Amino acid sequence: MYDGKRVRPAYAKLLDWVESTSPEALSQKQRQAEALFRRIGITFAVYGEGGDTERLIPFDMMPRVFTEYEWRRLERGVKQRARALNAFLYDVYHRAEITRAGIIPADLVFRNEAYEPAVVGIDPPAGVYSHIVGIDLVRTGPEEFFVLEDNCRTPSGVSYMLENREIMMRMFPDLFRATRIAPVDDYPDRLRRTLASVAPASCEGQPVSVLLSPGAFNSAYYEHSFLADQMGIELVEGQDLFVQGDFVYMRTTEGPKRVHVIYRRLDDSFLDPLCFRPESMLGVPGLMNVYRSGGVAIASAPGAGVADDKAVYIYVPEMIRFYLGEEPILKNVQTWKCADPSDRKFVLENLADLVVKEVHGSGGYGMLVGPKSTKEQVAAYAERIKGDPAAFIAQPTLALSTCPTFVDEGLAPRHVDLRPFCLVGREVHLCPGGLTRVALKEGSLVVNSSQGGGVKDTWVLAD
Amino acid sequence: MLSRTAENLFWLARYMERAETMARLLEVGYRMGLMPSAGTGYRNEWASLVSAAGSARGFGAKFGEEFHQRDVETWLFFDRENPSSVISCIETARQNGRAVRTALTTEMWDALNGAYLDLREIERRPRSEALLPELCEWTKRQGALFRGATEGTHLQNDGYDFLNLGWYLERGDNTARLLDVKYYVLLPTTDMVGGSIDTYQWTTLLRALSAYRAFHWAYGGEYSPRKIAHFLILNPACPRSLLHCLDTVEYHLDRLAKAYGSRTAAHDRAEAALGELTAAKVEDVIGEGLHEFLTRFVNQNAALGQDVADGYLFGIQ
Repeated sequence: MYDGKRVRPAYAKLLDWVESTSPEALSQKQRQAEALFRRIGITFAVYGEGGDTERLIPFDMMPRVFTEYEWRRLERGVKQRARALNAFLYDVYHRAEITRAGIIPADLVFRNEAYEPAVVGIDPPAGVYSHIVGIDLVRTGPEEFFVLEDNCRTPSGVSYMLENREIMMRMFPDLFRATRIAPVDDYPDRLRRTLASVAPASCEGQPVSVLLSPGAFNSAYYEHSFLADQMGIELVEGQDLFVQGDFVYMRTTEGPKRVHVIYRRLDDSFLDPLCFRPESMLGVPGLMNVYRSGGVAIASAPGAGVADDKAVYIYVPEMIRFYLGEEPILKNVQTWKCADPSDRKFVLENLADLVVKEVHGSGGYGMLVGPKSTKEQVAAYAERIKGDPAAFIAQPTLALSTCPTFVDEGLAPRHVDLRPFCLVGREVHLCPGGLTRVALKEGSLVVNSSQGGGVKDTWVLAD
Repeated sequence: MLSRTAENLFWLARYMERAETMARLLEVGYRMGLMPSAGTGYRNEWASLVSAAGSARGFGAKFGEEFHQRDVETWLFFDRENPSSVISCIETARQNGRAVRTALTTEMWDALNGAYLDLREIERRPRSEALLPELCEWTKRQGALFRGATEGTHLQNDGYDFLNLGWYLERGDNTARLLDVKYYVLLPTTDMVGGSIDTYQWTTLLRALSAYRAFHWAYGGEYSPRKIAHFLILNPACPRSLLHCLDTVEYHLDRLAKAYGSRTAAHDRAEAALGELTAAKVEDVIGEGLHEFLTRFVNQNAALGQDVADGYLFGIQ
């Protein structure tokens, strides 16, 4: 918020507001916001915890602010990355020129768990594999953004972006009147149009899209239902769909109805028990056959996960140069691959200063934050790395930017990251805003909601 | 709409209505327990309530032969082992609602989720503070809130029809069962008919159905099994009468047939049943035997529910 001693102009109006409002009024507002969230039912489940399975993500009223100038550069960078990731996916399921050119090791792609041989040679409509790309970013300086990771499968959190805004507008209409903040509420409509734009060629008339969810017990179920509702499409589970002949249908009160586009929010391995896990009850038997013969579009495409693998991540800047002939606008965080002997040596020697992640992990589970861990934890983690080096990567701890956040003592700086959402259909669009996650514990760098992080509204101010 | 969605809406409404019925039953028991001569000479009214709730076996397995007020309260309100307890009903209703969150309006979800959150609060309080009349009032209020939210905000589309099918099939079933308790279970000897206990029981039943004043207004005060049977079975103006429930079920089936352009087995059954009930006189009902008549109605109602499931809820056609 501060630029040296000066308040950054983008935050000036906010600071006026905080200073002119009594602490009691502020904490009352905070309670109001929480009550609103709980009433609306925005909760998430935390795996591996007993008790209350529906918890609220803590919401911080102090928004994070970007100027339009800052945002424009970030937007170019995110779109560039989303295009390159899709080009990469098309390539590795076709001629694989990037591995032939020796830019990415073939093993890393073709022996990757997320690589899906079943979709080799298939041409998805518009050549798009990952239709919703969530890029996790951190900022380390005024012009300096680093990409932490890419999410090409089913990035979640967009419902928080929308609901955070909704609640801010309900509670602080004056702030919105006084400031020109780019709206985010057209996101569901753009997503609906993105999905419709990739309907298979065999679709005549209006395409029917559905959102395929694992069901009400999934931790992101609220988001699934919220998005389906906002888009006006059916929220289906595997049992609602069936394959007959060359097409997929849903069971309705008026009999079977053909489905053209499936926005799936479950993992590849659950999509079709005939093709993947035979014991899974979540998927649709025969779906992959229909997909292969062009009877249905699946967003994101099966196999898209190979692009957001943490070991593939290292090569994204190279992808951008290779496919787009451009210099990457957003930087990668320096990453050491534990599979590589010299990298591994460095990692093990400097473990206490590094952040180590599982290559296939997500959600902040199973990671090591060296500077915040005890000697015993570091030693135990070292053993894990030695046991299966290829499963780990390491990164330096960055001097993350902070954002003013309400804590018990008042406003205090807390570390934040940002996940903006990029839609890729026949056009590429970045929503002006995103999900800002904040580490509520002082000094903490882990922002994952499953690890005690909170969320904030993200404002892009018009110039 | 998705068959699963229709199914969830149907059961959501059924469970909300059933929760209300459980509260009404508890109210009957509570009021009868206040009667000066209660517990002397005839069967314990708490026992009859449990049997009217259709869960005598489950209760017996857990609490044994004796029917104590506190156990019955626990069983019918708080017990998760009883799938029809108020708590089970509301939790199941919410679970159904959560599974089809997109088919509910925010107001409906608010009402449903609000009930669920209140319930957790009620459970946390010591039982000595949870007074039965308040619990019953609370439950009825949740039903009213949810119905009001539905009427006020839900699109009048097929989803609305499935909700109403759930409500009115369940309500018809419940009225029949409650009436049967009074008539068949509570008063085993004919010499008590017309006595003060008899009258007290009738008024309690009417109160439990929120129909006490309505009955006075329509029939002028004097209680007789014949009048009350007419009111609760054949009077189309009574919102809980069997005729009204069946009529409403038929109305919503009809709307579905128009919207979808096809009829199902449920339509034929509902039409036949409605025809019979419309033509019936109270003498016919009494002549058949009220208990026999009510049993037949409950079975027919269940078959109608199955027809609705076959026709719409499984998505096979």
